[in-house]
Amino acid sequence: MKTDKKIIVKSLKAAFPHTVPILAGFLFLGMTYGIYMNVSGFSFVYPMLMSMTIFAGSMEFVTVNLLLGTFNPLQALMMTVMINARHLFYGLSLLDKYKDTSFFKPYLIFGMCDESFSINCSVEVPEGTDKKWFYFFVTILNQSYWVAGSTLGGLFGSFINFDTTGIDFVMTAMFVVIFLEQWLKEKTHVCSVAGLGISALSLLIFGAEDFIIPAMIGLLAVLTLIRKPLEKGGKLI
Amino acid sequence: MNMTLTQQIITIGMVVIGTMLTRFLPFILFPKNRETPKHIQYLGKALPSAVFGLLIVYCLKNVDILSGTHGIPELIAIIVVIALHLWKRQMLFSIAAGTVCYMVLVQWMGV
Repeated sequence: MKTDKKIIVKSLKAAFPHTVPILAGFLFLGMTYGIYMNVSGFSFVYPMLMSMTIFAGSMEFVTVNLLLGTFNPLQALMMTVMINARHLFYGLSLLDKYKDTSFFKPYLIFGMCDESFSINCSVEVPEGTDKKWFYFFVTILNQSYWVAGSTLGGLFGSFINFDTTGIDFVMTAMFVVIFLEQWLKEKTHVCSVAGLGISALSLLIFGAEDFIIPAMIGLLAVLTLIRKPLEKGGKLI
Repeated sequence: MNMTLTQQIITIGMVVIGTMLTRFLPFILFPKNRETPKHIQYLGKALPSAVFGLLIVYCLKNVDILSGTHGIPELIAIIVVIALHLWKRQMLFSIAAGTVCYMVLVQWMGV
């Protein structure tokens, strides 16, 4: 498997501009995540290794909470699958594009975060470049921004000399913004309201420590029940 | 820190396995563009909004309305985030400003 050096360089040059908007976002959010871990009592090694191995932004924030709570590996696994369930559909949309990517394929799938997905799914690979190298550069550039940001945050966290009480709200704010973005683009708010309502109900019944798994089961059940009316109305995006 | 190092490694390992499962599964299950089950397609559209609703509740799970600051800083900061985001639609700005607002509130109310 030999590709001309020129083509590799050309693929890198074509890929980089697409990742520039991600650079700013990942450095900022990554640093916030690193600082959050640091002030929660973890050394920079944690955010660095977690960004390398998990590489799923919102899930890494949630993992900080998991690590601070009681040891519950099954809940950790179930939460991860639910929160990252959207990746299943990224994969489905990329089945075609990622075939014939030979030895890059495992890494491309491993590094399939929201941002790399949206670039690789929407961008036409320019002529004269090699698609597997192009996808590879998009994925690895994005991941290196995130790893760099979170490592720097983890290092700088210890130099912060103002009161950081309340900085954990960054996670809440992030999810509120993502939720709002979904809300603004969806035709019906049934699913959003169900997400908030059923989780709140489950919290009231089962309490803060045990509400997640019942909430997930309840959500899947309710979404399954309302499928027919929703699809009949053609109301889903 | 409640957990031992081994427990931390297992927890992080579970998150890694869970994430990889969601990323690799489609490629393992549908190697030749076999058609995706209808119900899975439906969940793909319906689940994201619901999950982010769940995550907001997860973040607020330890807020006590009956004592302490009664959830007032959380409520105000969330309203600020929503208002700023509707106004500017700049994700990082809304997150940063909302967090600073919350930090000022809780530190000022002296929790």
